[in-house]
Amino acid sequence: MNKFTEDDLKKDLENKEYEYGFYTDIESDKFPIGLNEDIVIAISKKKNEPAWMTEWRLDAFKIWKEMEEPDWANVTYEKPNFQNISYYSAPKKKPKLESLDQVDPELLKTFEKLGISIDEQKRLSNVAVDVVMDSVSVATTFKKTLNEKGIIFCPISEAIEKHPELVKKYIGSIVPKSDNFYAALNSAVFSDGSFCYIPKGVTCPMELSTYFRINEGGTGQFERTLLIADEGSYVSYLEGCTAPQRDENQLHAAVVELISLDNAEIKYSTVQNWYPGDSEGKGGVYNFVTKRALCETNAKVSWTQVETGSAVTWKYPSCVLKGDNSVGEFYSIAVTNHHQQADTGTKMVHLGNNTKSTIISKGVSAGKSQNSYRGLVKVSPRANNARNFSQCDSLLMGNNCGAHTFPYIEAKNKTAQIEHEATTSKIGEDQLFYCNQRGIDTEKAIALIVNGFSKDVLNKLPMEFAVEAKKLLEISLEGSVG
Amino acid sequence: MLQVNNLHASINDKEILKGINLEIKAGEVHAIMGPNGSGKSTLSAVIAGKEEYEVTEGKVMLDGEDLSDLAPEERAHKGIFLSFQYPVEIPGVTVTNFIKTAINETRKSKGLEELPAKEMLQLIREKSDLLEIDRKFLSRSLNEGFSGGEKKRNEIFQMAMLEPKLAILDETDSGLDIDALKVVAKGVNKLKSDKNSVLVITHYQRLLDYIVPDFVHVLYNGKIVKSGGKELALELEKKGYDWLK
Repeated sequence: MNKFTEDDLKKDLENKEYEYGFYTDIESDKFPIGLNEDIVIAISKKKNEPAWMTEWRLDAFKIWKEMEEPDWANVTYEKPNFQNISYYSAPKKKPKLESLDQVDPELLKTFEKLGISIDEQKRLSNVAVDVVMDSVSVATTFKKTLNEKGIIFCPISEAIEKHPELVKKYIGSIVPKSDNFYAALNSAVFSDGSFCYIPKGVTCPMELSTYFRINEGGTGQFERTLLIADEGSYVSYLEGCTAPQRDENQLHAAVVELISLDNAEIKYSTVQNWYPGDSEGKGGVYNFVTKRALCETNAKVSWTQVETGSAVTWKYPSCVLKGDNSVGEFYSIAVTNHHQQADTGTKMVHLGNNTKSTIISKGVSAGKSQNSYRGLVKVSPRANNARNFSQCDSLLMGNNCGAHTFPYIEAKNKTAQIEHEATTSKIGEDQLFYCNQRGIDTEKAIALIVNGFSKDVLNKLPMEFAVEAKKLLEISLEGSVG
Repeated sequence: MLQVNNLHASINDKEILKGINLEIKAGEVHAIMGPNGSGKSTLSAVIAGKEEYEVTEGKVMLDGEDLSDLAPEERAHKGIFLSFQYPVEIPGVTVTNFIKTAINETRKSKGLEELPAKEMLQLIREKSDLLEIDRKFLSRSLNEGFSGGEKKRNEIFQMAMLEPKLAILDETDSGLDIDALKVVAKGVNKLKSDKNSVLVITHYQRLLDYIVPDFVHVLYNGKIVKSGGKELALELEKKGYDWLK
């Protein structure tokens, strides 16, 4: 097919609405399974997107069709059947519950351990909150403050409608449609996600969190996040939730793009706790994520992540250090237990002069899990005086788990300074006995040792998040010793 | 306070302790001496409840209560403290955080609330002053990069914080120069009272110049072959262990 114009598309749509019966169902909550051009068009239509966006998606779909699912990661799983998935479902309305008594007690137990407040518990489990007025007013105040500063923070579909010039300019600019199999798929079918723009010179006065995006319920299967920090601005963004998230969708393929313009700084923190499957590893979420940041001159991006969930994780938050003196940081804790598999790390691509990157990765493996760090540090021939420091530490519990480190270094400039340190240790009987002897039981001792091991990364999280993340680490490792 | 009756213990089917009898009353300091491989460290580990060892016969009692079925942490809650010969490192966990956890876990076992942060700090200050410990030391990672002397002082600091009924000092003098040894011994002496007891396990007599025992026992081949007063330690220093075989 030659160039597909807007007119062609329009015609297509007109014809197909009649051609295919399900379009009459367009108000229904779920699309039929399978993926083809019609589905892509239908998603775009459902979202009331302009033609350029529809075309963009179709182009991504074409690219995706030609691609093969990658299998270089150190994980094994049954590949999803992409024609057996429904690619759109409207934000579901969970049944409203009267009180917490109606919530799964197992879930409540976890909330309690995490120290989540009663109100928050209710919100998370969709119980009607008594203090509705309060939460609405908080959100309103929040929105007002952001508006005054000119900060845009909204669902990506709203941004496509209201700020097309920004979306058009930046979407796919750092994670191109053709980047990889899952990014291409996401580009074709994404249905929700967040958009954020911080204007020139503005310091965002609060931690931005998807929590405040009140009109969205739950997280989507193919999320798309686009965050732009204009020159000289600063923002700290929190994504995810420490509460366990169950989802009927097994495959999750998100794309996150961060653009940090001259002298801007973005701090992006994630806590990921998707359902990891049962202790036999059945039913867990596959999390295949593409996250990348672009740093212009003197810009900085820090990725901090705490990964405890998912059956299979495949995730490499990266930085392209394009501008001179730009800085990229990656701080990660990945915990795997039972049959979980994680292949995670980062890419630091040094293009500008005097660019600096830091990588601190902490992997904790327990049970029969496999935990891999995969990282690339690349210095281009033109990047003078690039510096990188990488530290990858692995902590093993028991004899049936694995920790793997795959560091790749490609330095094409002689002035580059690259340091890599790696350690592997095991929680020893001696350490446990020592703690026991001081009155600390084994489960608590493991939590203490793991928290100590992860301290360098936990310290990078915003305060409140850090407290929850610590507890999350403890819970994730429960039952990991016999 | 502590009663050890006909204690037999083995590891990997090899019998190490072959019938130990020992009684320590409140306020007493006992020393156990003996050559390498005689079972000294095994005895301390078995009293503390280390699970690798199998008790095949006999029992250990604290204040009349049989400890046989208790896990190491439960014995600790009852007031048994073991100062390790080789204290382990726990990277990223500060001395303060560690001892805070230990104290709160012990309180929890007794149905008490966690100690409020203010009182905890006060207690830490009081005990570190008593033992002349620099407070900077308390924010370092537990035993990581500590000198031999620092490690042993840290053990005594934890002992001071936990206020055990029975403190077992396993080869506390190993790896210490004479100055460090004096500091550690001074700490132990300050903590001694008529309500607690100390069991000193040592290879050499020199520690006993500073922590003076009421009784000395000689352990040889898994059995106590001789007991006496503090003068026995001096005799052993002169004659060695061979004459007891």
